[in-house]
Amino acid sequence: MNEISTTRHSHLIDPTLHIWDWQIPVYLFLGGMVAGMMIISGYFLFKGRHTEKHCSCYYLPYVSIFLLSLGMFALFLDLEHKLFVWRLYTTFQITSAMSWGSWILILIYPILLVNILMNPPKMLTDKLPIISEWKKALLEKQLWIKNLGVVTMFFGAGIGLYTGVLLSSLGARPLWSSSILWLLFLVSGLSGAAAFVHVIAKDEYERVLLAKADNAFLIIELFVIMLFIVGLKTATQVQSSAADLLLTGSYAAEFWVFVIGLGIVIPLFIQLLAVNHKIHHTPLAPLMVIIGGLILRFIIVAAGQYSHWFALK
Amino acid sequence: MARYGMVIDTAKCVGCTDCVIACETENNVPEGFCRDWIKTEANGKFPTIELEIRSERCNHCTDAPCVSCCPTGASHFHDVGGVVLVTQDHCIGCKACIASCPYDARYVHPEGYVDKCTFCIHRVEDGLDPACVSVCPTHCMTFGDFDDPNSKVNKLLKSRRHHSLLPEAGTKPNIFYLI
Repeated sequence: MNEISTTRHSHLIDPTLHIWDWQIPVYLFLGGMVAGMMIISGYFLFKGRHTEKHCSCYYLPYVSIFLLSLGMFALFLDLEHKLFVWRLYTTFQITSAMSWGSWILILIYPILLVNILMNPPKMLTDKLPIISEWKKALLEKQLWIKNLGVVTMFFGAGIGLYTGVLLSSLGARPLWSSSILWLLFLVSGLSGAAAFVHVIAKDEYERVLLAKADNAFLIIELFVIMLFIVGLKTATQVQSSAADLLLTGSYAAEFWVFVIGLGIVIPLFIQLLAVNHKIHHTPLAPLMVIIGGLILRFIIVAAGQYSHWFALK
Repeated sequence: MARYGMVIDTAKCVGCTDCVIACETENNVPEGFCRDWIKTEANGKFPTIELEIRSERCNHCTDAPCVSCCPTGASHFHDVGGVVLVTQDHCIGCKACIASCPYDARYVHPEGYVDKCTFCIHRVEDGLDPACVSVCPTHCMTFGDFDDPNSKVNKLLKSRRHHSLLPEAGTKPNIFYLI
């Protein structure tokens, strides 16, 4: 037998760690959505689709800025020493994933603002006519727009993978000790964003393309989840026990039902029927994908905190 | 360059929690939190069960993940003895350091910053032992410098079998337990 008892009773630490509540998964989810939207929007810019009147690259930067700000607000709400948040921007700690993320998030804003310059709000152009001139200058230069597309995709991928690296850099939590958590969050962000754009897109070509792309992302996501689990199961005993939390343990029901079943497999089945013209497209499947992505972050954050180097319950 | 640490004799520790009370008193540890604690571990099969009682705290690791993950540099190695400390007004309370610690040695102080054992550095710099060491009735704890080959802590490690906590986590802890 191995029996451990302790007198420690620190709030939020014992009996199991629970320092991060809803704010962190919400932030990771919104960060992933923004990443996906930036990659999609950047791709359309790169392909020169900005010549289409209803191209999603005109409105996605607005949605991205709103969601990113919402995510950063959630992150701010999580901070325990809120008045000192500015300390993030008085230093750069090269070994800290969170420091990298803070600076990447700051860089995302100007990139999204340049994207917005292609379709600035009328209220702004009325007050500042120079904005219209900048817009005209930008739209005239195809190479600039292609490059903007590449930069937008690059930083979109950066923020997407950062949301996974943030957790996997914390090696004390066995569930997060995976080198492909960044890929899981990036693909999940892409599938959520593709689902979102599929629902709101005005352009028929984009609607169909993103439904097909979403199916591909969901299949890749299933594959990455499988690799994630296999990687943990074949690693150390603590990591194997951490994987069991999702497979058969405390978080298994939520994981299998809401993430795998309702979040990936069923919407994938519905969308496969839709793209093959067996049924009409429905917003139900994309909605399930988006909610599944949110629940995935909640489960990974909660189960990761629960997982531990000491004995796992 | 000093490297401060502790050697704790588990054959002498009776788990009286004097060290815990001394720490709470010395450092005004808020109610509901612990900078140090007693862990009792029973191993084996009846009738050959081994019992180890340990006074545990932050291990002031040489490769401290709490220092490397801190986005503001609030978590840092002190100039004296490489002790891991938190600068209160640099800490934003993001809790990454808490998540990165395999020993769960940190907590969020009610005032918002992250708090933990400091090896009573304010006492050590005055030439005193940490509060927990100074009150131990069985003298099971020894504080000292591992970089000094003639220090008492190094002599103790050479004289007895010992182990550290979770060496497999790779953090190079600086607290050792004599078996």
